Amino acid sequence: MSRGMHGRLRRALWLVPLAAVHLALLFPGFFAPYDFAEQNRDFPFVAPTRLHCVDAAGAFHLRPFVYALKTDDVSSVVQEDTSRIFPLRFFITGSRYSVLGHWHARLHLFGVERPGRLWLFGTDDFGRDVFSRMLFGGRISVCAGILGAAIALFAGASLGVLAGFYGRGTDAALMRLVELFLALPWLYLLLAVRAILPLRIRTIDAFLLLVAVTGLIGWARPARLVRGMVLSARERGFVLAARSMCASDWHILRRHILPQTYATLLTIAVLLVPQFILAEVTLSFLGLGVSEPIPSWGNLLAQLQSYRVLTSYWWMYLPAATLVMLFLLYHRASSALEKRATQVSV
Amino acid sequence: MSRYLFWGASLPLIAACVLATGFPLPAAAQDEVLKTGVPGKTGGSLTVALRTEPKTLNPVLSVDAASREVIGAMQADLIHINRETQRTEPALATDWKISPDGKRYTLHLRRGVKFSDGAPFDADDVLFSFGLYLDEKLNSPQRDLLLFNDKPLAVAKLDRYSVQFDLPRPYGAGVRLFDGLAMMPRHLLETPYHEGKLAQMWGVNSPAGALAGLGPFRLKEYVPGQRLVLERNPNYWKTDAQGVRLPYLSQLVFSFVASEDAQVVGLQRGEADILERLRADDYSVLQRDAQRRVCLRDLGPGLESIFLFFNLNHLDSAKQPDLAPKQEWFRDLRFRQAVSLAMDRKGMARLVYGGLATPIWTSATPGNKLWVNAALPHPERSIEQARALLQSSGFRWDAQGQLLDAHSRPVAFTILVSSSNAQRSRLATLAVDDLKQLGMDVQVVPMEFRALVDRVLNTKNYEAVLMNIVNGDADPTPEMNLWLSSGEMHLWDLGEAQPATPWEAEIDRLMRAQLVATRFTARKQAYDRVQELALQNLPLIFLLSPNILVAARPTVGNFRPAILEPYALWNADQLFVRPAGSATCQ
Repeated sequence: MSRGMHGRLRRALWLVPLAAVHLALLFPGFFAPYDFAEQNRDFPFVAPTRLHCVDAAGAFHLRPFVYALKTDDVSSVVQEDTSRIFPLRFFITGSRYSVLGHWHARLHLFGVERPGRLWLFGTDDFGRDVFSRMLFGGRISVCAGILGAAIALFAGASLGVLAGFYGRGTDAALMRLVELFLALPWLYLLLAVRAILPLRIRTIDAFLLLVAVTGLIGWARPARLVRGMVLSARERGFVLAARSMCASDWHILRRHILPQTYATLLTIAVLLVPQFILAEVTLSFLGLGVSEPIPSWGNLLAQLQSYRVLTSYWWMYLPAATLVMLFLLYHRASSALEKRATQVSV
Repeated sequence: MSRYLFWGASLPLIAACVLATGFPLPAAAQDEVLKTGVPGKTGGSLTVALRTEPKTLNPVLSVDAASREVIGAMQADLIHINRETQRTEPALATDWKISPDGKRYTLHLRRGVKFSDGAPFDADDVLFSFGLYLDEKLNSPQRDLLLFNDKPLAVAKLDRYSVQFDLPRPYGAGVRLFDGLAMMPRHLLETPYHEGKLAQMWGVNSPAGALAGLGPFRLKEYVPGQRLVLERNPNYWKTDAQGVRLPYLSQLVFSFVASEDAQVVGLQRGEADILERLRADDYSVLQRDAQRRVCLRDLGPGLESIFLFFNLNHLDSAKQPDLAPKQEWFRDLRFRQAVSLAMDRKGMARLVYGGLATPIWTSATPGNKLWVNAALPHPERSIEQARALLQSSGFRWDAQGQLLDAHSRPVAFTILVSSSNAQRSRLATLAVDDLKQLGMDVQVVPMEFRALVDRVLNTKNYEAVLMNIVNGDADPTPEMNLWLSSGEMHLWDLGEAQPATPWEAEIDRLMRAQLVATRFTARKQAYDRVQELALQNLPLIFLLSPNILVAARPTVGNFRPAILEPYALWNADQLFVRPAGSATCQ
C-alpha cells in the first residue's frame, strides 16, 4: 500500500514542473518582467543579463543585483555600467498587462528598477526580452497546440472507431474521406482561405483559426491508425466472447475496444502537440498565424533559421532548449498516464 | 508589369539591364574598350553560386535573374555600359554617330568578329536580332524598350559593317539603349525562326553545339539541379592591354545552391568562389570569419529602394466599405508626413541591416550619384513634430493614447509585407512600433509574395504596403512607369485616367520632358523637381536602400564588383585565378 502511494507520488512529481509551466503560461504578464513588444533599439542581441552578488568594489550583497547596460556609440559594444547596482526585487510594479483578457495589472513577479534590465534569456534583434516573449508566446502556442491536437484526436479517433468497428460501407466511405484529406493541396487551399479573410485578424481570431486549421488537417492520420487497431481488436477472442453474450455495441466499444487504443492515442497526442506548435510557423508564413510583434513559439524558433543567429547568439537557443524540456515533460506525463490507463484496464 | 523596375522579392523579374541614361552624350565615339583590369593568367576555373537555375539560355525570352546572369557571360551587345564607370563603351560596334535631331543612330560594326562556333558576325545578324526583339509574337521582354510612343525603331543595313537605327522621337538616354541586347547568330536561328520554333530554341538542355554567341564563354555542360558549365569562347573578340586574348578563365561554373545560408557555407568551404548577392546578416557572419577565407565588398547603397505606401486608389466605396474612411486619412498629406517623420530610418538600417543600408527620402538612392537631388532636405525623425502635424489636421488622442480621427474613429490599419523576405518583415515590425508612438494601431500582415502583388496591382484590396523596387539603371527612364499617372507601376493609385492631383500632373509633365530632352542638365533639372515633388507629397515614403554586398574567395583575380547588375560578373572576361599561396584580399 505504502509502496503504491510512494510510486504514485513519484509519478505525480513530474506533474509539478508541468503545472508550474502552465501556470506561468496562463498568467504570462505576471511572470514575465517585461511586455513582449517592448523594444530597446540600443540593445539588440544582448546576452542574458548577469546576476551579481559581488559588486565592482568587491563587496558582497545578499540580494542578487544587476548592472545597467551602456553602449559605446562608435563600436556599439554593450558594457555594464558599474556605477550603480539594481537589486533583484519581487512583486515589482512594471509595464501594464492584461489578465485573461479582462483585467489590467502592473504587478510582476520579479524585476529590477529602471534603467537596470533583467533579460533572463537575453534580447532578440530588436532588443526585446526573449524570456518575456517566450512566456507570452507559450500562451498562444500551447493552447493552440493542445486544443488543435485534442480536436484532431477526438475527430480522428471517433471516425476511426466507427470505420473500424462497423466496417463495410461505413469503413469505405470514411477511409475515402481520409484519403481525400491527405491528398488535398493544403497550401493552396490555405492561400485561398487567406484571400477571403479580412486583412486585419484579431489575435483571438488568429488563435481560433490556428486551432481550426490544425485540427482540420490533423485528424486524418490518427483516424487511419485507430481504425487499424479497432479492426484487429474487434476479432480478438474476448470481443467475440462478449458479442456471443449479446453485449451491446456500446458496451463492447467502451469495455473492450477503446481501452486498446488509449496508449496509441496518448503517444500520437504527445507527437502532435509539438508538431502543431511548429505548424504555426508555416501558417504565419501564409499570413494565417499570429504576426509580429505578437510572439509565438513558432516564430521564436523560426528565428533560429538564420545562419547568423545560429552561429552568433547562443542565447537564442534558450527558447528551443526550454521547449525540448517541456516536450520531454509532456512525454513523461503521457507515459505516466499510459501506465495508469493500462493498470486500470487490467 | 514593368520591365524597367522590378521587385526584389522572391520573384526575380527581369533584370533587363535596360539601361538608359543621361550622361552627356557624345555625338560620336571612338573604339576604346576600357582595359582597366590587371593582366591575368590564362586558364583555371571559377564557380559562382546561383540560388535558382536559369530557365532558358535564349536572350530573347529570358526574364529571370539567373538566366540573365548566365546569358550575360555568353552573349555580347553592340554598345555596352561599363558597370564600373557607368558610361557606355564600344562593344560589337566600334563607333557611332547620332544625327543632330537625335533620331538617327549610325553604328559601325567591329570587323573580323566570329561567333563562338566560328561563323562570321555582320550587319545581317544585327538586323536579324532586332527582328527577333521586335517580333510581337515572341513577346520579348526587350520589346517595350524599342518602342517609342508605341512605334518601333527602324533598323536598316547600310553595308556589311554599318547599321542605321531610326527612332520615331529623340531619346534622352541615347545609345544606352543598346546595352543588354545580345546579338544573335542568324545562321543558326533563321530557319527555326521562320518555322515558328524560336521560342523552343536554346533551352538549358540544348546540346552545346546548338548555341553560339559573341560573349566570352560558351556552353559546355548542364547538369540539372547541380551546375551549368561554360567554357572559354576561343573566338572572343576582346584582348587585354598586353594583347592577350580574353577571357582568362578556361571555365566558368554556375552551381545551383537554393538556400542563402548554404551558399555562405559553400563559399567558406571553397565550393564556390563568388557570391553576388550577400545578405547583410551573412556579411556580418563572414566578416567575423577569423581565417579570412573570403574577401568582402560593401559597395554602398545600390539602386534598390524600400518604401511604405498607402492605398490611394479611387475605388468603389460600396465594394470596399472599410477602406473608404481610412483613405480619408491616407489622402491627408499631413497624415503621410507624420508617418514619414515617425519612421526611425537609422534604427531600421542598424537593427535590420546591421548598418549595411542607407536611409533614403527619395527614389534616387545615394548610390545614384549623378541623379540624386542632393539639395533636398532629410527631415530628422521627430515624434513631437509628427504629433503636432496630426493634431493640426484634426486628429486627437483618447485617454489610452490611441489616435482618433475627426470623427472619433480610432486610427488602425494594416501593413502588408512579403513573408518570404525576412528583412522586410523585420522592417515592418519596427515601423509598427514607430507608429505606435503616434497612437496608431497598426498590424503587420505577412503575405505570400504573389498574393501581395495581386492585391497591389489587381484587386487593390490593401491599406498600406511595405515593399521595394530595384532600378535597372541609374537613369530615371526606368522609373517612367512608376511616376506617370497612367503608369503600370503607379503603385499608390493605379490606372488614373487623369492625374488625380496637380502635383501628379506636374510629375507627368516633367517625366515626359526628361524622356525626350537630350541635354543632361535639362533632364537632371526635371528629375530633381520630380524628386522634390515626391518628397513634398509623399505618395511613397522612402525608407532605406540596402547596400550591395558581394563576396569572393581571395583567389579571384580582377574581382571588382559594381553596383549595377551583374555585380561581380560584369567583367567575367577579365576574371582569373590567382595562385592560392599569394592570395590575400586586395
